[in-house]
Amino acid sequence: MNQDIYVVIEHLRGQAADISYVALAAARVLAQGTGGEVVAVLLGHNAQTLADGLAADRVLYIDHPALADFIPDAYLKVLAPLINEREPRAVLLGNTTIGSDVASVLSARLGAPLVSSCRTVSAEGKATSQICGGKILAEFALPDATTILTVIPGGYSPEQGQSEQAPPLTPAAAPALEDLRITLKQYIEPEAGDVDISKEPILIAVGRGIQNQDNIELANDLANALGGVVCASRPVVDQGWLPTSRLVGKSGKRVKPKLYLALGISGAPEHVEALGENAMIIAINTDPAAPIFQVAKYGAQIDLFDLVPVLGEQIRQAKGS
Amino acid sequence: MNIVVLVKLVPDLVEELTIDPSGTALDASWLRLIINEFDDHAIEQAILLKEGGGGRVIIVAVEAEGVDDVLYTAAAKGADRLIKVGAEPGSGPNNHALARGLAAIVKELQPDLVLTGVQAHNDLDGPVGPLLAEHLGMPYLGYVAGVSVSPGKATARKEYPGGVIAEMELSLPGVLGIQAAEKPPRYVAVSKVRQAMQTATIESQPLAGLDASGGLPIGRMFQPEASQRATMIEGDVEGVAAKLVGILKEAGVL
Amino acid sequence: MPERVDFWGIPLSWNPALLVYALMGAASLVLLIRLYQHVRLWWRVGRPEPRWDKLHLRFGRMVKYAIVQVRILGESYAGVMHAGLAWGFFVFFLGTALATIDSHFIEFLRGTPYLVYKFVLDAFTVFFLIGAAMAAYRRLVVKPRRLTLERGFALSLILIVLIVVGGLVVESLRLAAERPPWALWSPAGWLLAQVWIATGASEAALVNWHAAVWALHLGTVAILFVTLPAGTLLHIPTGLINTFFSKLDRPTGRLAPMPQGTKGGSINVTSLRDLTWKQLLDGEACTECGRCQDACPAFAAGTPLSPKELILSLRTALRRDGPALVAGSAATPRLVGEVVQDEALWSCTTCGACVQLCPVLIEHVDAIVDMRRTLVYEGRMDSKLQEALANLGRYGNSYGQSERGRAKWTQPIQPKIKDARREPVEYLWFVGDYASYNAILADISRKTAEVFQLAGLDFGILYEGERNSGNDARRVGEEGLFEMLREKNAAVLEKCSYKAIVTTDPHSYNTLKNEYALPAGDGRPVLHYTELIDQLIASGRLRFAKQLGTKVTYHDPCYLGRYNEVYDAPRRVIEATGCELVEMPRHRDRAFCCGAGGGRIWMEEGQVKERPAEARIREALGLEGVRAFVVACPKDLTMYQDALKTTGHEDRLVVKDLIELVREAL
Repeated sequence: MNQDIYVVIEHLRGQAADISYVALAAARVLAQGTGGEVVAVLLGHNAQTLADGLAADRVLYIDHPALADFIPDAYLKVLAPLINEREPRAVLLGNTTIGSDVASVLSARLGAPLVSSCRTVSAEGKATSQICGGKILAEFALPDATTILTVIPGGYSPEQGQSEQAPPLTPAAAPALEDLRITLKQYIEPEAGDVDISKEPILIAVGRGIQNQDNIELANDLANALGGVVCASRPVVDQGWLPTSRLVGKSGKRVKPKLYLALGISGAPEHVEALGENAMIIAINTDPAAPIFQVAKYGAQIDLFDLVPVLGEQIRQAKGS
Repeated sequence: MNIVVLVKLVPDLVEELTIDPSGTALDASWLRLIINEFDDHAIEQAILLKEGGGGRVIIVAVEAEGVDDVLYTAAAKGADRLIKVGAEPGSGPNNHALARGLAAIVKELQPDLVLTGVQAHNDLDGPVGPLLAEHLGMPYLGYVAGVSVSPGKATARKEYPGGVIAEMELSLPGVLGIQAAEKPPRYVAVSKVRQAMQTATIESQPLAGLDASGGLPIGRMFQPEASQRATMIEGDVEGVAAKLVGILKEAGVL
Repeated sequence: MPERVDFWGIPLSWNPALLVYALMGAASLVLLIRLYQHVRLWWRVGRPEPRWDKLHLRFGRMVKYAIVQVRILGESYAGVMHAGLAWGFFVFFLGTALATIDSHFIEFLRGTPYLVYKFVLDAFTVFFLIGAAMAAYRRLVVKPRRLTLERGFALSLILIVLIVVGGLVVESLRLAAERPPWALWSPAGWLLAQVWIATGASEAALVNWHAAVWALHLGTVAILFVTLPAGTLLHIPTGLINTFFSKLDRPTGRLAPMPQGTKGGSINVTSLRDLTWKQLLDGEACTECGRCQDACPAFAAGTPLSPKELILSLRTALRRDGPALVAGSAATPRLVGEVVQDEALWSCTTCGACVQLCPVLIEHVDAIVDMRRTLVYEGRMDSKLQEALANLGRYGNSYGQSERGRAKWTQPIQPKIKDARREPVEYLWFVGDYASYNAILADISRKTAEVFQLAGLDFGILYEGERNSGNDARRVGEEGLFEMLREKNAAVLEKCSYKAIVTTDPHSYNTLKNEYALPAGDGRPVLHYTELIDQLIASGRLRFAKQLGTKVTYHDPCYLGRYNEVYDAPRRVIEATGCELVEMPRHRDRAFCCGAGGGRIWMEEGQVKERPAEARIREALGLEGVRAFVVACPKDLTMYQDALKTTGHEDRLVVKDLIELVREAL
């Protein structure tokens, strides 16, 4: 077994996912303790350019047409023998739709221990996972054997996993990848929303507290007053009150606004993880125990239905309109 | 077509969670357990598939306080067979052990499709679905929000960030990790559940010798410090609004 | 000697007795056959339900509501109008019966009895015609929205007017021909007779006209009999029967449990066959007066519910599909979902205003809840309601908060409130969900506790043992959930030792009092806190140090007032605090519901034109000088405070719970 830390890079249609950068940052911490290298493992087809900007010591690149898109079976057929052969100290993946599908199967196939929902690691070889909606943390000591970890955002910023240079690329051979039991038929785009919330600097977010579709008008009003755009957490989109294009969260968009006004949002981790670090979060929620208050800069325990119209008024006055 | 649904009960986050004296597990005395939300969706998806194209829905649930109610509710929704698998006393098996134990039971049921929630909020060694899939030798696809079946194949809609969906085909038998059913879990009238209690039977099966390797022992379990906390703005509606306007001005947003 | 003469002036060659009895006999037969066809439909289509008990009480009801018609008299214009028409007809009917008795059995219509008889008949003729004029005016000129303005109704009116006028004309012609000395005992007839006399017609001519009009009169009466079941006048027999069979065995506040089928399972109302014959009769007894619609808060808010339309749709469906159902066909439109829309059923707040007002005692709420039970069984409800019900089932409260937090509101209270589960108490205070978990209402609960303590009451609460009482879960149609909540609460209560239950929530009050079947035969009453305070004031245990002197108005909660007739106790308490009570136009049993009941507070609002609570606030704002809107129900408090905010009238009125006034005055 070598002391390298492998990071499986997740990418969708030509873009590396933020979580992979987070994982690279975590891998760097671990590598400092083990003395090994941070090796990015990139599977794809004609995807070499994705290696640029990865903060890894080197990139293991496996190219195969069947790897052009993420197919769990294909990734497993490549990664299992690869890890088995090279025995890295640890393999990091994202706790995501890509990483999660692969990590557990690898753990079972290889008999390698698995720690999921990892938020932070330490150079001494400890991993801390966050569970139960963010309420509980569990710490593990990584054993002296190839260990698989799935990583969640929040412990490290993507910037920490980015680098100016392109690390050296080492190609590796792909095994035969036919008779896959899973195939990709097509991608379905979300309805082209009128706005791309990931580019908006001012976001008014509504959560379950908005109570029904009609009340979203209130948020729209406020957004107009501020010159911002309305977005939502999962409960609102699940009800169909706003289209998926407005969803902020793990299954939705990552946003990097300057101002994030959260109305009636509880602050579940899946939502909060999609907010950029530099957002000034102002949370309005009548529940003082709502987790959003732990990430917000300012908060008010006040009824949003009372506040929003008054705030809109005052903003308009301040703008002198 | 046999559809097996794996169900776990998890701590209800409505209650306050505390750590037990050993410092490595949740204090079980105050825990209330409810069905894992994603497993609830898996049950709903299974029932929808049955309603759409026929088949039998078999629920396999891990023994825990309140599991009977969960099983009877599933029966009231239309599940055909209810199986409860015995867990060892204590904090319960980790998912690796559970997956190994369940593999034998599930294999015997000869499923065409196995559905389970994509994750549970108390998973520490990965979700149980993919582990079980590997032990069964079946393919696994997670984060599924919509399934349809045709002979020998399942077509699943896999969720990616940004609202993108990948329509993927899985050859059966296979395991799917459900993120959301096509429709939200239906309501079952209490009277229906009570009826099910009269008519349905729950089979009990022991979980064979559990091998927990693959999951690591917890070194320490603790609650995060209520670290940073937002600066709370006090006052009545007018006052709060005014202060907010001030903050926005200072931030250069106004 | 004034006396009644059989068939005066009718040529013997007509054989009037035979003519009358034969014709009326035939007409009656037709009437009975046609009525039977209706009865047959209810009987064959609907489920059986025993309602033959307590016959004397039923007769009493019939007299009170169908003959004296006390409810119709509740409105001044319509009351006078209908009394004229209906009492008139009863009197004429009685008059004809008496005449028949006089003809064949005892000749008593002679002398003074006869004169009184004539006078009464004439008086009622005038009364009738006034009523008919009022009816015509209302139907043709005023055209209130709630009335079904169809041609058939006008035709019925014309027919009965023809009959009565015919009778008057017959009488007047006889008086003109005969000119008896006692003619003035028939003032109306005599007046009209002057007209005929003025024409200078001969006696023979008058007698001829008399015979002709008599024949016409007979003919129109026969037509009336024959056409009665076809038009609006069907409500005469059906209304009578409906009041006779109205709900006697249970108080208004108690719903019937789910009917059990023969095979042991419960019956869900999916088709007309699942309704009881009485519910089908309700459909046919409806007079289409629309008072229920006028009083309905859901209708006023613009929701799809109209109690009148709902009941009439049962009638329409019965007439359309009844014969097929009797023949055994199953291919009729579904009752729930097709005949009656889901949304209409969900819009009801179960306030009971419709039931309270209905002149023929139709039981709208029972039918709605029965149909809701089917919706619940089939899972057809919005997600918000689903969540609330799931929370009730799991946590015993609709907020979805842990039951362990139920008594958190008591923390600041010193000394600690007794735990009724552990110690005997005199008054067991059942607090209720909203009063426990809602931050603002918890404050009111604390004030209530303070008042109880100041009054030296020996009271306790159930702490975490209390669950939602289930009143609204039952009204939503989740009967199983209600039973479960009741079981849990009853089990806890059983172990407690108490002399009375007091509750601050009228919904809990209603179900604890009427639906819990507590072993209270030993005299352990269920009180609303206003009743308790009233008792404490009366007994001197509670004395007010101040007199508040504010002008207030009081909103009667539906489940305290209309359902349980507690109107005066709260009013006495208000008076005792020295406040001046100004009543809103709709008060006591006419109070206008806040819109939260029947589980509405747990549902999505839907398309609403104007919220009932907002309309009620506007009603209160119309009262001169009133500063406070006093309520006695936690849901009322939240609904009206919200309504004040949304209508922007917080500066003019403040919503206070009665306990706040009590606390201030102590």
